[in-house]
Amino acid sequence: MKRSSVRSARDVVIGVVLCALMLFPLYWMVNVSLTRPQDLLRTRPNLFPTNPTLDGYIASLGSQLPSILTSIVIGLGTALLALAISLPAAYAMSKLRAKGSGLVIFLLVLAQLIPGIVLVMALFTLYSQLGLINTYLGLILANATAAVPLAVVVLRAYMGQIPEELIEAARIDGASQVRVFFSIVIPLSRNAIVTAALFSFLFAWGDFLNARSLTSGNEILPFTLALFRFIGAETTNWNAVMASAVLASIPAMLLLILAQRYISAGLTAGAVKD
Amino acid sequence: MVLQTEPVAADTAVHSLPPVHRRRQLKLSDLAGIAFLLPVIAFLGLFLVIPIIRGIVLSMQDWTLISFVTGEARFVGLQNFIDIVSDPDFFPISWQSLVFTVVSLVFQYAIGMGLAVFFSRRFPLSVVLRSLILLPWLLPVIVTATVWRWMFNQDYGVVNSALFGGADIGWLSNTDLSLWAVIIANIWLGIPFNMVLLYGGLQSIPESLYEAAALDGANGWRSFWSITFPLLRPVSAVTLLLGLIYTLKAFDIIWVMTRGGPVNSSHTLSTWSYQLSFEGDRALGMGAAVSQILVVITLVFGLIYLWALRREEAR
Repeated sequence: MKRSSVRSARDVVIGVVLCALMLFPLYWMVNVSLTRPQDLLRTRPNLFPTNPTLDGYIASLGSQLPSILTSIVIGLGTALLALAISLPAAYAMSKLRAKGSGLVIFLLVLAQLIPGIVLVMALFTLYSQLGLINTYLGLILANATAAVPLAVVVLRAYMGQIPEELIEAARIDGASQVRVFFSIVIPLSRNAIVTAALFSFLFAWGDFLNARSLTSGNEILPFTLALFRFIGAETTNWNAVMASAVLASIPAMLLLILAQRYISAGLTAGAVKD
Repeated sequence: MVLQTEPVAADTAVHSLPPVHRRRQLKLSDLAGIAFLLPVIAFLGLFLVIPIIRGIVLSMQDWTLISFVTGEARFVGLQNFIDIVSDPDFFPISWQSLVFTVVSLVFQYAIGMGLAVFFSRRFPLSVVLRSLILLPWLLPVIVTATVWRWMFNQDYGVVNSALFGGADIGWLSNTDLSLWAVIIANIWLGIPFNMVLLYGGLQSIPESLYEAAALDGANGWRSFWSITFPLLRPVSAVTLLLGLIYTLKAFDIIWVMTRGGPVNSSHTLSTWSYQLSFEGDRALGMGAAVSQILVVITLVFGLIYLWALRREEAR
């Protein structure tokens, strides 16, 4: 196929314009986060932060830092739990062809189909009885339900590519399945583990429904819930609200940079955001 | 696409096993496999299956404010469903759900398709730009909702000032517009997902088909409708069905932008269910009943989806 450089240049321009149009709301978020409050309250908002200020970020960090830490703890907990559950499952399904794999696949599809709202109502009543309302553990367990299906898919696809010979050789040398799993499969799956962990963290980080339903928002206040309250309370201080939104976007941006080539695979593997 | 294709693959694998294997007794290696699967089965049993069953029970109970203290609620059979269907809000909100879902899907799909076709061309930066477009999908939905809420602000929003010449349009406060405002934000949210799936599908169409069509004098538009669109049909079906399932459960975007208001004008079944359960009288049983209606709709389309996959596999 003949491609002239003129055509190629035209494609670049169109591509940049399309991308800019799609990402305009994000540009706007950054723009507003850097704008002074008095400049925000005009009918014709500035298209650029002409008098940039970091006051929004200072105000946001000042009031929301504890919530950011709370969300990091919940995110890390969810990622660890999801890995602890998904790693053995992915190994059993990809390499051991375990009986019961069909059942697990059915449950994972079900987990992706069922609206989060259905689960959260039931979890609310169960948690009330078990004393898990307002606990880190409660939120981590609830978020893991969304993270596990994706983690299994990512890990399983990756483990499937580990050469059988490696595992067989170790088995012939007398290594147990557990030993093979810990000494061969896990080290070789490092990339997939990082991807699965990042996605799991991101699910928990972005969770709003569980946070709002399974906490009273006093003892434990995840970042999404803090941001939601901030919108209600700070109707005049939108640069701080947007600064919080920018801070809330950082993990997603990091994921895009760090795990770029796994994202398409991860998303199309049936990532569910609800 | 891994997970979506696997249920079928795994299933057919089980059926096609030779009888010898089926009769074989459990060996040590089978036990190892089951042991490795135990954590996931236990977890999903406790945090998926039990809540699903509990949800069905909830929808048949009469939850009052006292129930929240005692944890006990009266069994009322299908009364909640009868109350819901005879609620004057039921049909307007169902209609809004339908509009929200269909309009979101059509535009997400059409725009996602356009972007997928465009970014299939090879040009410098195409990979980077395509990745950047994924960002809206990765962000917490509450971020998206917050940004759109400010952009749609009646007095200071950029939508009114840049697109409507500074007109005083109350996107989020007008009952005729609020649903459209959340639909627009939701379309934006769903475009990357559609683009990624359709882009994946486009990669499997052989370049030679387009070359042959070009030799026959077909222009870009013609080759799209004669080659791309028909060959993408299976991928399109999967994209639309998954999109439908995700759109049905959309909650954060609406709740953060409008809370279903003003006067219920932007509620869908999903947000209405939440409102009934967790706001006001906290009629958890009623909310659970609405959520079960949502489950039935989702399962119907989920089954259609699995059936479509199976048919695709059989080809």
